[in-house]
Amino acid sequence: MSAMWIAVLATAAGCYALKLTGLIVPERLLASPRLRRFAELVPVALLAGLVAVQAGAKGSALVLDPARLAGLAAAVVALLLRAPFLVVIVVAAATAALLRLAGVG
Amino acid sequence: MATPHERGRPGDPVRDDTRAVHPGRKDARAVRPVRDGILLGLAVGISGLAFGAAAVSAGLSVGQASALSLLAYTGASQFALAGAIASGGSLLAGATGAILLGSRNALYSLRLADVLRVRGLARLLAAQGVTDESTALALAQPDPAAARAGFGATFAALYLTWNAATLAGAIGAGRVGSPAALGLDVVGPAAFLALIWPRLASGGTERAVAAGGAVIALTLTPVLPPGAPVILASVAALTAVLGGRPDVARDTATEAAQ
Repeated sequence: MSAMWIAVLATAAGCYALKLTGLIVPERLLASPRLRRFAELVPVALLAGLVAVQAGAKGSALVLDPARLAGLAAAVVALLLRAPFLVVIVVAAATAALLRLAGVG
Repeated sequence: MATPHERGRPGDPVRDDTRAVHPGRKDARAVRPVRDGILLGLAVGISGLAFGAAAVSAGLSVGQASALSLLAYTGASQFALAGAIASGGSLLAGATGAILLGSRNALYSLRLADVLRVRGLARLLAAQGVTDESTALALAQPDPAAARAGFGATFAALYLTWNAATLAGAIGAGRVGSPAALGLDVVGPAAFLALIWPRLASGGTERAVAAGGAVIALTLTPVLPPGAPVILASVAALTAVLGGRPDVARDTATEAAQ
């Protein structure tokens, strides 16, 4: 087996093991209020971090992509208007796509 | 699979107390998470084109690119390995970095264990489905049944689309068009924002944690490898838990589920 295949399969095995870890943690550990609260808040922190990076970065560079930011701003407006999930997504993507079609970004 | 009533304990953050009262509403409520999950999976999965193209141009074979999408099934880690190989770094360092980037899925599955409540062999399958998308969609649902439906729908749609798109990108279809022209690069962040939106409205702690996570991730982006800043955003959650009083934490946890 080539070294490349070993790297691919080792990465796959490691990634899978990490996903499984949280699911097989004994329930009594999650009974701890602090760990439980941490587990509840951690997706909020990670997803907010992800939104920020996907909105304002490309690789390791901070970038201002006007079409992308306008798409997200449109999503915020839709959320404030209590639009359903599907509408929020379509409005965001359509805003960015139309601006790019018009030559912005 | 056990129902939440059988498995539920007092103090569960997500409980389905309404189903016993309105059993007929269950089917109608299951439609929305499934529909939303399928849309999210299809829209985000298209970016597998970019991964397939990046992997092959980095020097991976079509089979290796597909194996990563089928088996690792974690966008951030896959891009990290391809990037490390493209830059000529050692394979050991590349694989180690890619696996470390997968650690945010361990944090997600820690939370999902309590919501999905899968047991036995089903855990082995559910584990593979743990991604940003399936986690965000599951945690945005009002009860465990909807959370499981949303998780399953997102997993199925994203897994199929991501893998088909990886293969297409690896054999050269990525050159045909750019997902950005369709605004698909905005789908991910817009979806994650929409899915954490109810949590942001539910309490000041949630808003502070989200703001902290965003600031940490952006601040560290120029100085750390891609992916690492997002993982360190979890420090915002750690700070809130260590800084907050446990009794307050328990109260807000119960509120958040309502």
